[in-house]
Parts: sequence; C-alpha cells; structure tokens
Amino acid sequence: MFDKILIANRGEIACRVIKTARRMGIATVAVYSDADSRALHVQMADEAVNIGPAPAVDSYLVIEKIIDACKQTGAQAVHPGYGFLSENAKFARALKEAGITFIGPNLRAIEAMGDKIESKKFANAANVSTVPGYPGEIDDDVEAVKIADKIGYPVMIKASAGGGGKGMRIASSADEVAEGFRSSKSEAKSAFGDDRVFIEKFIVNPRHVEIQVLGDKHGNVIYLGERECSIQRRNQKVIEEAPSPLLDEKTRKAMGKQAVALAKAVDYDTAGTVEFVAGQDKSFYFLEMNTRLQVEHPVTELITGIDLVEQMIRSAAGEKLKIKQNEVKLNGWAIESRIYAEDPYRNFMPSIGRLVRYRPPKETSEDGVTIRNDTGVYEGGEISVYYDPLIAKLCTHAPDRGRAIEAMADALDAFYIDGIEHNVPFLASIMANKRWRSGQLATSFIDDEYPDGFSAAGASDEITNTLVVVAVTMDYAHNLRKRQISHQMAGRPVSFAEARHVLICGQWAVARVSENSYDPVRVVIQSKKRKKRFAVESGWHPGMPVWKGEINGIAKSVQVRPLANGYRLTHRGVETEAVVYTAREAELAKLMPVKVPPDTSNQLLCPMPGLVVSIDVSEGQEIKAGEQLCVVEAMKMENVLRAQRDATVVAINAEPGDSLAVDAVIMEFDA
Amino acid sequence: MYEIIKELEDRRDVARLGGGERRIEAQHKRGKLTARERIDLLLDEGSFEEFDMFVEHRCTDFGMAETKYPGDGVVTGWGTVNGRTVYVFAKDFTVFGGSLSETHASKITKIQDMAVQNRSPCIGLFDAGGARIQEGVAALGGYGEVFLRNVLASGVIPQISVIMGPCAGGDVYSPAMTDFIFMVKDTSYMFVTGPDVVKTVTNETVTAEQLGGASVHTVKSSIADKAFENDVEALLQMRRLIDFLPSSNLAPVPEMPSFDDAERVEDSLDTLVPANPNQPYDMKELITKVADEGDFFEIQDRFAGNIVTGFARLDGRTVGIIANQPTVLAGVLDSDASRKAARFVRFCDCFNIPLVTFVDVPGFLPGTAQEYGGLIKHGAKLLFAYAEATVPKVTVITRKAYGGAYDVMSSKHIRGDVNYAWPSAEIAVMGPKGAAEILYRAELGDADKIKRRIEDYENRFANPFVAAERGYIDDVILPRTTRKRVTRALNMLRHKKTENPWKKHDNIPL
Repeated sequence: MFDKILIANRGEIACRVIKTARRMGIATVAVYSDADSRALHVQMADEAVNIGPAPAVDSYLVIEKIIDACKQTGAQAVHPGYGFLSENAKFARALKEAGITFIGPNLRAIEAMGDKIESKKFANAANVSTVPGYPGEIDDDVEAVKIADKIGYPVMIKASAGGGGKGMRIASSADEVAEGFRSSKSEAKSAFGDDRVFIEKFIVNPRHVEIQVLGDKHGNVIYLGERECSIQRRNQKVIEEAPSPLLDEKTRKAMGKQAVALAKAVDYDTAGTVEFVAGQDKSFYFLEMNTRLQVEHPVTELITGIDLVEQMIRSAAGEKLKIKQNEVKLNGWAIESRIYAEDPYRNFMPSIGRLVRYRPPKETSEDGVTIRNDTGVYEGGEISVYYDPLIAKLCTHAPDRGRAIEAMADALDAFYIDGIEHNVPFLASIMANKRWRSGQLATSFIDDEYPDGFSAAGASDEITNTLVVVAVTMDYAHNLRKRQISHQMAGRPVSFAEARHVLICGQWAVARVSENSYDPVRVVIQSKKRKKRFAVESGWHPGMPVWKGEINGIAKSVQVRPLANGYRLTHRGVETEAVVYTAREAELAKLMPVKVPPDTSNQLLCPMPGLVVSIDVSEGQEIKAGEQLCVVEAMKMENVLRAQRDATVVAINAEPGDSLAVDAVIMEFDA
Repeated sequence: MYEIIKELEDRRDVARLGGGERRIEAQHKRGKLTARERIDLLLDEGSFEEFDMFVEHRCTDFGMAETKYPGDGVVTGWGTVNGRTVYVFAKDFTVFGGSLSETHASKITKIQDMAVQNRSPCIGLFDAGGARIQEGVAALGGYGEVFLRNVLASGVIPQISVIMGPCAGGDVYSPAMTDFIFMVKDTSYMFVTGPDVVKTVTNETVTAEQLGGASVHTVKSSIADKAFENDVEALLQMRRLIDFLPSSNLAPVPEMPSFDDAERVEDSLDTLVPANPNQPYDMKELITKVADEGDFFEIQDRFAGNIVTGFARLDGRTVGIIANQPTVLAGVLDSDASRKAARFVRFCDCFNIPLVTFVDVPGFLPGTAQEYGGLIKHGAKLLFAYAEATVPKVTVITRKAYGGAYDVMSSKHIRGDVNYAWPSAEIAVMGPKGAAEILYRAELGDADKIKRRIEDYENRFANPFVAAERGYIDDVILPRTTRKRVTRALNMLRHKKTENPWKKHDNIPL
C-alpha cells in the first residue's frame, strides 16, 4: 500500500479523497492554484503544493506541474478525482513514465473509452446493446422505410453533417419516414451543403441510467447497481439517486452484466461508470463509459456500503478485489442533490464571492437515515470565477425512496448559505414536486416541470402554518428577552399580548401564543372556521440562523434572516417575509400604503455585477428588438445585452469602464 | 359625581378625536397615522399617560376664538418602552395642521422640563405646518422656549426626533438640535423654506421631496440619520433604538441578557481580510459577527458609507461601533465621514456608551475638493471627539492604519484604552509604494530598484509588530477571537473613571 498519495484536483472531490486516504493511514498531498491558497482541500491535506496561477489551464491541467509536485513530495500515486486530468491518457502515460501510480484505469481503457466511435465498437463486440440505427448512407425513401421498419418506430432521421436540430425529423410510421427522409435530405443540403442522412431509433422520454463497475488488476470486475441521473439542466446533472425507480431486478442484472462485459473487454481495473439511455419501457442502450470516479458516486456508496475511493486505491496498489458479485447488496435508497453556486432566480447565472455564512446540515446517521455532505468549501471561504460552481453534494440515505426524499427536503431546509446565490431553493422545490416523488422521470424533467424557468415556490396551507408558528415562537423568544432589559420602571412588569397578527406571504394570520408554559410553547392559529393547535419545542434563540424544533412532534428546520421588523423565512423552497404584530400594530399596519416597486420595464438593468465594456447606442437613438445595446463583462465573460422591444433610448447612465452593481440602471427607454 | 365623570369621559372622547373623523381619514389617506396612533405604536401597550389633554389656545385674532380644539395640535405625555420611561410629544396634523401656538409650545416645554428633571429620553414626532400665523409673535416665542430646552437637555437625556410629515420653518430647528433625526420615506420632508419661497427667491423649481425628502436628508445633507418605509416601521424601530440607549447621562447603558456566548469564536473572520491588500471586504460582516445576535442598529446608513456607525451589544451591554468600510472609497476618511463619525462618538461619550472602533483606513482623502471643503477642520472634529471621550475605548486594527488617520481612529496616543491588531494589520506613515517613492525619489527611474525598496518597506512596516514593539498595540489577536477579546476588554474597563480638566465647555472645531 502507498504511504503517500497526491490528489490532482480541488474542491469537494479532493476533500473526499483525502478523507478516505486518511482513514487508510495514507498521507496526502494537495495541489492548489493561486486562487485556492485558502481552500479547504489545502487545509485538510498533510502537505500542499502550489501549482501556479488561477486558471486551470495554467495549474490543475498542467501535467508537468502535477508530476513535479509528486516528485517534490515523494507521493507514490495520484488520484485525479473527476474532471481536470482524470480521463487524460497523456497524463496517465506521463505518470507511468515517471514511475508514479495512477489511481485510475489502465491506459488502454482510457483511450478506448475516450473515443466515441472506438467505444461503440467495443460495446458491439461485447454484445452491449447500442441504439439501433443504420450508420451507412441511405439512397432513397424506399430504403429508408425498409431500414426504419427493421429498427422499429419511432425513428429519428438525422443529417450526417447536422447540428442544432436542422435536418432532423422524428417519424412514427412508414409514411412519415418517406416524407421525413425527403425533407430532411433537402434541408440538410441547403443548410450544410451535404445531403447525407442516417436513421436511428428514437427513444421517447429517455432516462439516464448508469451502472457503477469496479475492477482490479487481476481480471475481476463487478457491478454495484445503478444510478439514475435523469434530473438534469442543460446536460448538467442536478439530482441523482440509487437505485433507479425505473429498473426491476431483471433489467438491473441485464444492464450490470453488459456493463461488466464491456469493462472486461478493456481489462477495466478500477471504479468506472457505464452510462445508458433508457426508455420508459426499460429498454436500454449504451451511451458511453466514464473511466473515472463519477461525481455522483456517493449514492452508490450509501446503498452498497462500499467506499469506492478506497477500492480505487487498493486496486491501484495491486490488491485483489475482495468483494464478490453475489455479496453486493443494494440496501435502501440514496439521493444526491448538487449544491451549485448559481442563482436559480436569474436563469442559473453563476454566482461568486465570499461565503459569509455556510452552515450545511449536520452529517448524521440516525434511525436508518443518513445525511452525508461532501463539501469543498467552508464559512469564510471564497467561490471564485475560475472553477466549477459545485460547492457541495448533499446526500441522504433511508430505507426507502419516500423517506430519503423527506430527509433530503429536511436537510435542504437546514442548508444555510449567505454571501452568494445558490440553487438550494430550486432543489427544495424539486423535492416537493409530485412527479419527482412518483418517480416518473425523464431527462426532460426540468424543462417539462419548469417551462418558464424557476420562480419561488408558492406556499401551501401546511407550509404557511409552519411558518406562522415559527414566526410567532421566535417573536415570543424575542419578547421574553426584551422583558429582561434593565432599568425598567418598578411596579409594572412588561407584558405581551398573547394574540399575534402575522403578515406572511402577503396574507394575515392570527395566532395566540400561550405565556404560562414556556416549553413547549402552545400556538393556536385561528382561522374563520376552526382553530389549529400546535405544540412547539425549540432551542432557538435570537441570532441563530436556522430555527430547528418540533412542531406537534415533527422535526422542522426553517432558515431565518432578520429584517427591520420581522424575518425572512426559507422553508421547502418557499421564501417569504414574516412580520409579527400585536392586534393594534396590525390594525395600524393595515392603514399603511402599499408601495409599488418602481416600474423597470423601460430600463435596461445590469443583470450581474460587472464592468461596462461598451455602450453601443446613443441617446435619442431608435433601436429594434434584439439590437445589441451594450456589453458587460462579469466573471471574465462578456455578456451582450440586447433590446427586448423596439424603443428609443432616452437616457444612458453608464459609460465604458464603469463598474456596476446588480440592477443598476444602464439606460432608459421611452414608454 | 356621576355627571362629572360623564363629562370627563365626553371631554376625553372629544379630545381623542383631535381634528375630527374627516381629518383623521384624510391623514390616513396620505399614508400617515394620527398622533395618538403613533404614540400607541411607540409605547408599551396601555402605558401612555397623556398630559394637558384639555389645553386650548388663547388666541382671539382672525376669528380664532371660535375655533378651538382640546389639546391644541400636540399630544404630550409619558409612557414606557419595554418598561423604561420615555417622554413623548406628537404633533397632531388634524388640528390646525399641527401648527405651533403659545399653548402648544408650553405643552411641549412642560414635557421637556420633566424629561430633563427626571432623566429620561424625550421623543418628538413631527408632522406640522410650522408656526400658527394667527398668533404671530407669540408662536415665535414658543419656538424659542422649545429650542432653549433642546439645548439645555442636550447631553443630559437622549433626544430623538421622528419626522413623519411636513416639518418646515421654525419647526426644523428643534429636531436639528436633538441627537437623532429619523424620517419616513415619501411622506415626510424638512426644510427651512418651502418650494414656493424657493421659486420666488431663487427661481428654482423643486418639489418638496427634492428639496427636503428622506432621500435628500439621509443621502445628501446628512440631516437625517435613517429613513423608514412607513410610520409603523419607523416607530417600531424607535423602540428597538431606545432599547440600546441609556436613559440619561447619569444612567449606565441598559443591559439585555442574551443567549449569545460572549466567547463565541468566528472562524470565518480569519479569512475576512483578503490575501490581496488592495481588495476590499465588507466591514459590516465583522460587525455583525462580533455583535450579540448579529444585531446592529446602523446610524446614517446611507451617508458617507466609507465609515460605518451604529449601536450593538456585547455581552448584553450597548456599545457604539465606528468602523472604516473598505468597500466604499477604500474606507478613506473624508470630510463627510469625519463629521459623521465625530458626532456619533460624541453622542456615545455623552451617554456612557463604550466605543468599539474597527480600523482599516488608508488615510485622509487628498484633493482640492476636500481641502477647499475644510477637510482639516472636519478631520479634526473626529480627532477631537475621540481624544476628549472618557468612555471605555477599544480599538481593533484589521488592516491598514496609515498616517494621521491612524492617530485619529482611537489610537493609544489619544487615550484608546485597549488597542488590538489583527495579524494582517499594517501600521505605517503611508502605504509601502508611496513611502518608497518619496524616500528613494532619486531611484524613481529604475523600476527594479524601486520595486525592491517597496518590498523592503513592506517587510518592515506591513505588519503589526513594529507598532506592537513600541506598545502602541496592546496585543496582536486572532481575528476569530475578536468578539471574545473585545468583550473581555470592555468588561475589564467597566468601571473606568477618568475626567477631563474642568472647563465651561470645550471648543471643538465646528
């Protein structure tokens, strides 16, 4: 076994590898760029080596620098994590030449699986099912129909030179194939000057299911069940789970066997993933093989109890795989939510900055429910522009899917992040989604369920009640404290009325908080029809960021951010202000004018903090919808801002070189 | 007996209606509450005791003898805020537009006298049209009586003014002499002469909002210390503020016990100061992470953002916090920032509120605009205020403390009691680049040489140790322990006793 390994990566995966290495008694070396000198993986590792400037091409991707770092520290092996150099054959070769062990697959496997065409060939040779299709040229519509009949409907007709959906047709009958073939051909000709088209099976509502395989250098390969990763946004996985709600034992076995066959075909000797596209009818077809540790590997670890990083290190050290296929048992259900530093309310724009508060839920294992959080950041750390916006992977494991989802929803409620924007509200909203809960998934899930993008979830009655209860109990705690203030007038202790009027989600609720018993606090919400009673127990006191407690015996977490006279509460993807008043205060608050936020439809607002690169119009100029108005640079990216409609520029409030805040008014248009 | 009780009740009912239902409704339509409603919000429920409810004016000119309203346009009395006594007067816009008459003024001065005599804060809620013209000179006399008491009460009891409607002419000078002025956005304005007079005299066309709205006085003129969305928010926030303030110059700061551990360690403060010395960071993060429960009542939040002032608690007791803000103008001291902080320091010193100063200051702002604007005297105000203050003073230098600004920011030399520095602190005459360029002017042509000189200077002075070696810094502390160390220092200084030489009063460079 190695004495010391180097992790050629950063962020959560570097931290995750360090944890296992440490448990195995192996010393660890971190590498870091200038932007990461204070990063968590640097703090966690036994040693750390600076490998250059912030951009990954100048640091994490420079093979020589990694090898130098190994030599400098005496690291005997390198774990590449995922991304960066993890599937880079040159890197594996360079390590080999330097006499350093690569904790990953053999070179041949990397090369074979890294090439789309090559990997398909291996797949076919290993009898792995691939998407049925006809790769050759098709002469006429008669032949096209013949081929389509053989493949089975529906089929997709695609231009060989194609892209962007041009020349693409979906046909579900012979007639449609003939028609589609002709039109696709002519469209391809005019679009690309190349009229070659091909046909393959069209999978309706596809799902993404992948098999985790594990091999050693002694010819053993096993599979560790599947993961489903259908919840994706623009090909970026958001939520993964294991097992898949789609598969039955028979399909799982069939997929597993094929995955193992493919792995064996390239002498696969470590952890890897065979990705499939699956139809709703459980048909499945090989997509590609990832010859590395996958981001979502923790869900497999949770249901199998196998530490994949440990297995990778052991197999790299030449150890024989100790687990037999028949010993692999899938236990319970695991879900992973990827916490990204991106703003779900602004079309998932990356968000950078200092993590002013970062309080993930506690990692626990109680009553069969496990919370695991693989994180690469810490409170006070910095999210930089240079790398992947993934800041943590929150996983839950429970005896069944329903409970794993519940645990995830609870854990997300307690995940408190300030300083940057993040997708926790979006993840929380998915956890509450009925279709997600039913397991009827497809890779189009997010597009189907959020056709107009994401906006804050509306509150159900149950959630509103929870928030009212939490708001009044916090207000109660505040009042108990105010009552303790010194120098009060003698003879008249301050008292607070039991009745509290709560303005929440734009609506009023009335609740009574009983004073005579502090723990638990009794709250009664009075509506016209009936009273709802709640017994509340919580150790919350003013200043704590997350209200944790039990309401009628059910554990709840609600995030609290103080406002002038109230709280901003976050729970189950719902974000709302809550103000707690006495009856008299509420009566008078209702007299206050409702202030309408200023109309910004005639303004061009800066969508992110950035630097004005150019202003491309002038005052008084008439502009057309879609015309380029200005360019704002943010996070090293130039963003072109365009006119939403035809208008005249009335005023320009910025000039090139100005550094603007979010929502700064760049220019104004006529009404 | 029954009849007289009945009459009392009837008279009270009439008085409580002020100018009548129609005017109350009109007040509500303007988005404003009535004087009595405001008092309900400001004080503990049922604690208000009204004085002079039946006072009426004595004017007989211009048909005034026929128009009388009990209370005469101002509601006065006392009550409690979380059990602590305060005096309050609230102008009643529904009665003669809240205009000030002789009797109206004497109601106010009665309350002012009681507040000073009994050492409790006095709060004025303003919403009025100015002097009652029918009374003429008698109203002017009334103003003078109020002004005098404002001055005599200054530094004895906290005086707070909340502008909740028009406040013009003679009315503006009473708030101007109190400790704090707060405004309500969109419904309040303050000016000496209104838009009509401005138009006649200078031919400028302005709206009341443009001339003296909250957006002007909290941002441009710094007349107002903060603005609130509406009457309700303003008054509930006044309750929050009063919880921070001692009742008088003889009272200790109020204490509000907290569950927040006084020894709480904030690891994330270790990375607050960025690795790059030219990169800003938000000083408010330090303030909220050090304060009890993160509770910080900021004063002048929209003016001179390069310095942050406000109240917080440490271990349950009020402190005044003054901090350079690197995110605005690199935290430089300019005229506005100096004036803002000086006034705040003096308020705290008046009322026994210890001062906690967080320093990251690159110096005073250079330039003709500043020098012509009197930077020397404005900067001197802050220096003066810190130097004369006898309350406990604890200072933490987080990064830069350059030049004269180092001395000003509650340094040891002007009686800072306990002065800490973070390891990232740099205490020097100026930044390394500027210093090297002056010291080695002859080498300016040689970029390499100058670079080396800058590095030498950095190595020598870009750390807290040179100052620590001289005892100008009492200790270098870990950022994460700031709350604990500052709190302990304040506890140690709790019974500090020091006095300035007797004088009639000092002569601060106004």
